[in-house]
Amino acid sequence: MTPIALMGALEIGLIFALVALGVLISFRILDFPDLTADGSFPLGGAVAATLIAGGHDPWLACGFGALAGAVSGLVTAWLHVRLNILQLLASILVMIALYSINLRIMGAPNMPLIGSPTVFAPFIGEALENSWLVQPAVLAVIIVAAKIALDLFFASQTGLAMRATGANPRMARAQGVATERMVLSGMALSNALIALAGALYVQTQGGADVSMGVGTIVVGLAAVIIGETLLPSRKLWVITLATIIGALLYRLLIAVALNADFIGLQAQDLNLITALLVGGALVLPQLKAKLRRKGGKAS
Amino acid sequence: MMRAEQLFKTFNPGTPIENPVLRGLSLTIESGQFVTVIGSNGAGKSTLLNAISGDLFVDSGSLHIDEQEVTRVPAWQRAGMVARVFQDPMAGTCEGLSIEENMALAWHRGRSRGFGRAIRAEQRELFRDKLAMLKLGLENRLADRIDLLSGGQRQAVSLLMASLQPSRILLLDEHTAALDPKTAAFVLELTDRIVQENKLTAMMVTHSMRQALDHGHRTVMLHQGRVVLDVSGEQRKQMQVSDLLAMFEKTRGEQIDDDALLLG
Repeated sequence: MTPIALMGALEIGLIFALVALGVLISFRILDFPDLTADGSFPLGGAVAATLIAGGHDPWLACGFGALAGAVSGLVTAWLHVRLNILQLLASILVMIALYSINLRIMGAPNMPLIGSPTVFAPFIGEALENSWLVQPAVLAVIIVAAKIALDLFFASQTGLAMRATGANPRMARAQGVATERMVLSGMALSNALIALAGALYVQTQGGADVSMGVGTIVVGLAAVIIGETLLPSRKLWVITLATIIGALLYRLLIAVALNADFIGLQAQDLNLITALLVGGALVLPQLKAKLRRKGGKAS
Repeated sequence: MMRAEQLFKTFNPGTPIENPVLRGLSLTIESGQFVTVIGSNGAGKSTLLNAISGDLFVDSGSLHIDEQEVTRVPAWQRAGMVARVFQDPMAGTCEGLSIEENMALAWHRGRSRGFGRAIRAEQRELFRDKLAMLKLGLENRLADRIDLLSGGQRQAVSLLMASLQPSRILLLDEHTAALDPKTAAFVLELTDRIVQENKLTAMMVTHSMRQALDHGHRTVMLHQGRVVLDVSGEQRKQMQVSDLLAMFEKTRGEQIDDDALLLG
């Protein structure tokens, strides 16, 4: 694998680290199985691409992309909390709706951003000779900032209340936590992160595409699961770290698998590999436990 | 003070499994009073408790805590007035969070939560002091996950958590039922101590008539969603479990079919 291919894998890994942090909040902290991601990721991309193409500041575009994602998460949570629609179903409804909304926002199935300003552009030389290094570097700074902000938030009074809401809602209510509000705001935060990832993604890929969200949730979940398998912990700062490492490792594994000619895999096999990886990561802890039990009996 | 007036609650109304649990229950608990509540299965003990805590709303009737009407106030908004310890040790604490994080949650019960650090050094000191009172060695395990503790330890911590902030009423929902007799005795003793030290108004639901008479100032028996027996003072002091049982049978004019459960 060439260094450029490696950095490319790292770049996408970093973007999906943001997605994974969002998925961590919904699936793990709030215990809310949320598929909105497949819609909120392209939503962030569509909003950002449209704003950038309209001549607006790319950072502002990222902000509005994230905001749009927050609203989509809010709608999913509201469907569940207020209208009592099953979590999974509520998120699928929003995901489906967002497909149409994203098409409306862009006015076309895709929107190229070649030559448009991006958040990376100020750091990239005229001949684009260092873009392969600058893009991952800028992304790394954003991810680290997001991780630290999340760690601080989840150590705060409100953050702790949000964790309690997911772990034991009845107990949380008995302690005076407005659990419905926590679910609403947590889901907004989760999808804001995922949409921000989408907004950054379109700027690295030179354009937005309405179908770019397919499988987002699986990749995010894969990162979370790989992270907690490799680095099991109950400490939140370790969990966020593990999630980021999981996202990077996942993309790296994919890159290696696709680059290794002798395996004979091609780009179209990506989703199959993803499914196999996630499946494997899910089964691995059970296998480990089973082996440990057997070992215990033998000794 | 807690005042419940004419509470009615029916589960699954209008269906074949319709179940009228509370049928005009009225009960007043004065400030500083420790009331024990007994009654057979389905008498409405848990439903009454959940109605007071706000976990469920009654169909009709009214609930006051002090002079404030709380009949339609959701549980989380009542939390500043109502502290509770659940029957299931898992229910009252938050699995996955550490001992100190659980205590920090309870430390903010009924207070607004901001973005400041949940656990500061001075709180950690306070938690340590409180835990040391239990003499279980938990003061050295603040960062341990709460699910590593035994059921009895978790109930003891739950009791501490319930007393970290003042409350108008402390609800104890058969909080020793899931424990072995020795641990149950320890938790009950701790309950008495915490209630006395903090001069709490408390309501303890129990399955055991022995416990009901040995703890608190007043004993109330529920049957078919109503208060059928209410003893306190001298009358209660001289009472034996057998008297209680006899009174219950006389009042209701019917045999209790599960007195093994009541005597336990």
